[in-house]
Amino acid sequence: MSLLEIEGLDLDIHGEAILKDVSLAVQPGQIVGVIGESGSGKSMTAFSVMQLLPDGAVCRGRVTLGGHEMLALPEPSLCRLRGNEVGMVFQEPMTALNPIQPIGAQVAETVLIHEDVSRAEAMARARKALERCELPEAKFPLSRYPHELSGGQRQRVVIAMAIALRPKLLIADEPTTALDVTTQAQILRLLRRLVDEDGMGCMLITHDLAVVADMAHEIVIMRQGEVVEAGPTGRVFDEMRHPYTRALFEASGHQPERDETPRDVPLLQVRDVVRDYALPRTRLFAPQEHFRAVNGVSFEIAKGESLGLVGESGCGKSTLTRAILGLEEVQSGEILLDGEPVFTGHRPNRDVRRRMQVVFQDPFGSFNPRWKVGPLVAEPFHLLDDPPNGADRDRAIAEALESVGLAPEDRLKYIHEFSGGQRQRIAIARALIIKPELIILDEAVSALDVSIRAQILDLLADLSARFGLTYLFISHDLSVVRTITDRVMVMQAGEIVEEGPTALVFDAPQHDYTKTLIAAAPVLPERGAA
Amino acid sequence: MLRFVLKRLVSLSLSLVVASVVIFLFVEVVPGDPAAFMLGLNATEDTLAALRDQLGLSGSLIERYLSWVGGMLRGDFGTSYTYRTPVSEMIADRMWISLPLALYALTLSTLIAFPAGIWAASKRGSLADVSVMGLTQLGVAIPNFWFAMLMVLVFAINLRWFSAGGFAGWDAGVYPAMKSLTLPAIALALPQASILARVMRSSLLDTLSEDFIRTARAKGLTKRQALWRHALRNALIPVLTIIGLQFSFLLAGAIIIENVFFLPGLGRLVFQAISARDLIVVESVVMLLVFAVIVVNFAVDIAYAAVDPRLRVRG
Repeated sequence: MSLLEIEGLDLDIHGEAILKDVSLAVQPGQIVGVIGESGSGKSMTAFSVMQLLPDGAVCRGRVTLGGHEMLALPEPSLCRLRGNEVGMVFQEPMTALNPIQPIGAQVAETVLIHEDVSRAEAMARARKALERCELPEAKFPLSRYPHELSGGQRQRVVIAMAIALRPKLLIADEPTTALDVTTQAQILRLLRRLVDEDGMGCMLITHDLAVVADMAHEIVIMRQGEVVEAGPTGRVFDEMRHPYTRALFEASGHQPERDETPRDVPLLQVRDVVRDYALPRTRLFAPQEHFRAVNGVSFEIAKGESLGLVGESGCGKSTLTRAILGLEEVQSGEILLDGEPVFTGHRPNRDVRRRMQVVFQDPFGSFNPRWKVGPLVAEPFHLLDDPPNGADRDRAIAEALESVGLAPEDRLKYIHEFSGGQRQRIAIARALIIKPELIILDEAVSALDVSIRAQILDLLADLSARFGLTYLFISHDLSVVRTITDRVMVMQAGEIVEEGPTALVFDAPQHDYTKTLIAAAPVLPERGAA
Repeated sequence: MLRFVLKRLVSLSLSLVVASVVIFLFVEVVPGDPAAFMLGLNATEDTLAALRDQLGLSGSLIERYLSWVGGMLRGDFGTSYTYRTPVSEMIADRMWISLPLALYALTLSTLIAFPAGIWAASKRGSLADVSVMGLTQLGVAIPNFWFAMLMVLVFAINLRWFSAGGFAGWDAGVYPAMKSLTLPAIALALPQASILARVMRSSLLDTLSEDFIRTARAKGLTKRQALWRHALRNALIPVLTIIGLQFSFLLAGAIIIENVFFLPGLGRLVFQAISARDLIVVESVVMLLVFAVIVVNFAVDIAYAAVDPRLRVRG
């Protein structure tokens, strides 16, 4: 008998159908990858198993976990099962832990509420669970608080909490989506080891086909609340019976068509840039200490070129971006756009500023929700000395919206009326409206589903060809950088450690750090080769 | 944690120095010569100068500031122009009413607000929640002097459980003294409790929707356990802020209630001193209140750090 069996599960929330006839099974010791884009119902399937659904949720069908009918059990019995028979790991390690409790107490709590043991015994068990998750005592005593740990370390604490009682089933909901590639690889390795050691079943939920490709025994592909294809991993990748599976696979490795002629007229020149941040003083009259976020970085981007910048969080990518945009002054070195400095004296140079624009990761957070799309898109006009008015302004807005595949009438709507992909198109329209030469794309496609991401990448390639745009493409996602850039730079601890033509860097990395990054990135199997 | 406390103490002392300078300068620039006020229109320039000397109003600005601050440090707040008694004695008398009254009201308000707020948040949308929200809305809206008079009417005049006003004095014993402070404390506590209960509820609701509550539930905690073990302490920061503000307000802001119940508290003292242009009393009481507010804020800061380990680091 299966460890977890979901049969014909329907879920309605306030009368709206979220899941339709979902069936899947997990055997002991087996990893089942559940894959889908946002809104596919993959997380809600997990929460149905845990029976931790939002108010107004109604489940029909059967969910059987280790012989328990989860849909029929009263709440107290469910509480006894949660944490004991089934553990869960979440997407956001930064917020999944109680910020004001030491990690030891939080892990020990799992033991304390399920078993009648002393506090000392529970703490000892917590210690053991943390050790199993590779958080050794010397560096991670039980008295550590979450804010003293990195994202990856916090995720290990969450995993320790979930496996402390050696549950039969582990549900991991996008456990690595918020993490850097190398951390992601470590966490996935840890999960696989724990599954093997304990013979646990594991339901691994992700939007990333590549993550499950070399890890899951079986995969289940979901779309709009339904399972569209399921089966052993190798077979699903081989056959791809459902067109959606194929579309998902193709979108993941999508290669936009680009003109790759080499160019050599420099547009942006960055020379020996250093950016220091003052650290808080340790004592009242202690000398001011500094943290060097960017250390002697130099590079050039040619007109019409697309340059990638990769590196993990904290490597200085964002600081460098802010310096290029003239949002912060650098301590030494110079940044020139077409020979003009971005900072003149201690003030940003407006003449330069209006020739570059930026598109950020979060397509919702970077817009004022109370403005209509028209004014939002027209915002960069304030950089012009003589901004267009009236009909000229409307024409410019319409042109910008049309160039990203939206209708001119969309200018009258509010931002919440658009999907994530459309919002990112609006962000690009906003960047385009003052006809800049350089666009900085700061993780611009990282929050998007793969199929939407593929469309946006196509759009970027198309815009570059039409308007001769130059891109600085910043991302932690190597596969995306690979498809859209001519050259790539790898940044580590504030320095550029490797730089070269994209294909060359990816195929024959020179620096150890680049090699680590590339090795850690999950890859899709070749079509039909699995 | 010790370093955090020391750092806060340094900033506390600096705030006190700045406050004393501001208060001193403010009183200096306020028009009106107390000596002229006391001696009337017919006083000669000589007698005025003599009185100013006696009141400590002569000498340079810096000399006067230093002697004022030095006096306060020794517990000597000067002598009131109008009553001709040491200000320190006047303040001490009043303090014995105002401080217990403020603490009494604050205790009542907290005892009402915490259970009400927690109860409403844990049963969001239920009848309990709706009634707590409705009652607190009323509590915020009702003017407390009106409520005070209503209580006097019911509990003092009709039922005769309490006296209608006045203060029994601590010499009469703790019970009679507390009894005479009970109605004023309830009148003061009502709006404060309503505000505090609403803050408690909304802060707790915010915390209950955090990711770590979901994590706690996934560990097998019941809703109740998740609330008591994880949400409550996290929800305390905004509540502590409001408690700190309320205490400072209760100490000096009780003037209307003091008047309704004929209580000779600090609020009435300031009011009378301002009308009588008794600058030395005004200056001293205001300084004392500022001191109290700064000390309360210090206590609130320490409480923040005790609740939230992240604040200990930042300092």
